[in-house]
Amino acid sequence: MDETKRNEAYNRYVKAKIPKTKAWPSLFNSFWVGGVICCLGQGINDLILYWFPSMAEQTAWAYTLIVLIFLASFLTGIGVYDKIGKFAGGGSIVPITGFSNSITSPALEFKHEGIIYGIFVKMFTIAGPVIVTGVVASFIVGLIYIFI
Amino acid sequence: MYYLWVFLIGGFICMLGQMLIIYTNITSARILVTFVLIGVILQAFNIFAPISEFAKAGINVPIIGFGASLAKGAMSAVKSKGLLGAFTGGLEATAGGIAAAIIFAFIFSLIFKSKTK
Repeated sequence: MDETKRNEAYNRYVKAKIPKTKAWPSLFNSFWVGGVICCLGQGINDLILYWFPSMAEQTAWAYTLIVLIFLASFLTGIGVYDKIGKFAGGGSIVPITGFSNSITSPALEFKHEGIIYGIFVKMFTIAGPVIVTGVVASFIVGLIYIFI
Repeated sequence: MYYLWVFLIGGFICMLGQMLIIYTNITSARILVTFVLIGVILQAFNIFAPISEFAKAGINVPIIGFGASLAKGAMSAVKSKGLLGAFTGGLEATAGGIAAAIIFAFIFSLIFKSKTK
């Protein structure tokens, strides 16, 4: 069997073995779970502003995100967030809770490699790229704003 | 009533993420990076604030909001501090979220054991 033919056969085999996510149910699930997480955030924000009416809007948002990050981190710790993730896909990745999960989850998983090389290093496997992108992009935007 | 907008817009953004997963097979790190960039761009062109006006948590809770506050921080810090602001503004505005994520991840990874084995 020549090489291209063998590669083709292999690719067909791999394609058949990759688990297929059914498109429509997963889109629907990511939609409503994502929507619910956002509503939860809005609820927390409204509660904070209700308890502390004098708080600046931006400060209230910062606290809201911190509460969501706390919840997601805790749910990751007890193993619930990964179950939500399997069910909701993008609905659990795109909100800020997914960012929190992406830090806690590898930290937990590589705990056995020690505190420094396990928890501290692996924490940033996904969050690192996100922070780098954000910092570089915001620097560029700031730089452009100096000149206009 | 505005909770309906929060739900619809937040859900729609998450569904876009899921579409990227299904049709391009990209990893979650790439999704997060993409959406942060979208947020930075929306803020840079001043489109984010009018959307946030009625979408509220629907666009602030998705990681797009994180990107937007990075860019917003840099833009306002440049006004008060000049060039230094371009360096410090982004992280300053998002320091709370990043620090919270790191601190809670540290605490909970010490307390709990990994379930996915």
